[in-house]
Amino acid sequence: MATTQTKSVARLMMTPSVIVLFIWMIVPLFLTLYFSTLRYGFYNPETPFVGFENYTYFLTDPRFLSAFQNTLLLVFGVLCITIIGGILIALLLDQEVFGQTIVRLLVIAPFFVMPTVAALVWKNMMMNPVYGVIGQMLNAVGIGSVDWLTNLPLTSIIIIVAWQWLPFSVLILLTALQSLSQDQKEAAEMDGAGALSIFFYITLPHMKRAITVVILIQTIFLLSVYAEIAVTTGGGEASSNLPFLIASIISLEGDVGTASAGGIVAVIVANIVAFLLIRVVGKNLEG
Amino acid sequence: MARAISTRRKIGMTALAWVVGLLIFFPILWTILTSFKSELDAISIPPKFLFFDWTTENYVAIQEQRNYFAFLMNSIYLALGSTFVGLCFAIPAAWAMAFSPTRRTKDVLLWMLSTKMMPAVGALVPVTILFRNFGLLDTRFGLIMILFLINLPIIVWMLYTYFKEIPVDILEAARMDGANLRKELTQVLAPMAIPGIASTILLNVILAWNEAFWTLLLTTTDAAPLSAFIASFSSPQGNFYAKLSAASTLAIAPILIIGWFSQKQLVRGLTFGAVK
Repeated sequence: MATTQTKSVARLMMTPSVIVLFIWMIVPLFLTLYFSTLRYGFYNPETPFVGFENYTYFLTDPRFLSAFQNTLLLVFGVLCITIIGGILIALLLDQEVFGQTIVRLLVIAPFFVMPTVAALVWKNMMMNPVYGVIGQMLNAVGIGSVDWLTNLPLTSIIIIVAWQWLPFSVLILLTALQSLSQDQKEAAEMDGAGALSIFFYITLPHMKRAITVVILIQTIFLLSVYAEIAVTTGGGEASSNLPFLIASIISLEGDVGTASAGGIVAVIVANIVAFLLIRVVGKNLEG
Repeated sequence: MARAISTRRKIGMTALAWVVGLLIFFPILWTILTSFKSELDAISIPPKFLFFDWTTENYVAIQEQRNYFAFLMNSIYLALGSTFVGLCFAIPAAWAMAFSPTRRTKDVLLWMLSTKMMPAVGALVPVTILFRNFGLLDTRFGLIMILFLINLPIIVWMLYTYFKEIPVDILEAARMDGANLRKELTQVLAPMAIPGIASTILLNVILAWNEAFWTLLLTTTDAAPLSAFIASFSSPQGNFYAKLSAASTLAIAPILIIGWFSQKQLVRGLTFGAVK
């Protein structure tokens, strides 16, 4: 089937996508690298070459360290909640229950809510210390409400983002669970295995691949969380992550040089994380 | 006896599942309910759950803000525009990779996916500057191009996994029977490719509709979609809970419904068929 002719046609059909993606990857990266070596601001006309000055400036900025920590905490926190919660909820939804389809629709709904809406709904209607539902409930039982976004900004953002990503994790883990053959479980039961050992020796290994996929895909998106921070706290040392810090350096300060250095740092961080992930969990994807 | 236990177990599980489901859905439910309250009822203490004067005044008020429609139209333009451009590029590419694979096809696919590993903020500075210089800031065209580029790898992959499942034998059989290229495409291949293309369209529309990083940073008014419009409510003087809820409900409803209908395909699409 694959004659020389169809091969060259195939190559022709792939070319546009390959070219635009190549340009999309290489041009911004090259320009960011280039800008990062200039003293370049929107408001000064000259752009002298300064070497690594922007990097030193960015890396020694105390905001960088907190943004870096927040980035990692956000990814790690959300992953913990969505993986553990996702496994438990997927196990629950895998049971026979009345109204299964509806429960399933309720659980996956948050995934389709746009980030700005999710953030505002949580900020105003859930976490607001006066009018928020959580606050009023805590008041009602006498614990007293918490001003979530003022006092626990990063925790609050982790909760909001985890709420958005939990459905994704449930959906994928549930799909994996449902492909587990019942025979194997029944055989184990016959042999007298308890529920816990069935879970740890049969179910969990079966879900390994799905868990890996969830971690990989979520990490890519979680490293770039932006809207939730912009809408809820508007930044600040306690909740800015790298994307937010860099975006504010360019949009508020117009400092192209420093923002570019920050962009390169963010790319390096993302690549280190991706590399580690693929080393540590990527093995599970083979076979 | 065993039967009784399993029924009791089923009822218990059902109760637990519904509690968990409703807890997770609660913020959305609350937003929908609040959108039918008066502003006064929306901030009443203790909160009114179902017993309030239901009103649609917030929806009317939102519609009357004439620019609401401009934002809605922008969302539609951006979602459909970027999907259309994306398909024009992705269908031929995925088709070629699925039907004329070479030794390097897998590498090309993996490389395409790796472009997603580059965090958006790494491209933010040059994109902002290029957009400024070319007058693309706050234009639909500029944003459609960005949305197209960020989603292209995903839709190529998704189409590839679908096309890959079309059996080549059928095509060869049709050729044996003397089908010409036009017949081959319209009567043999299209019916098998269309479900995959439809799922891909849905996924891309969902991703583009909900995109917030680039839309917040590259638009202000002219090209801003609903996502950015909603974000403008976050200013302290804009805390009209009932109106915010009405605008939010309208913004999420279409995607929620599309998402519910296409959940199965989404798993495939988002995991590139790695989880079955």
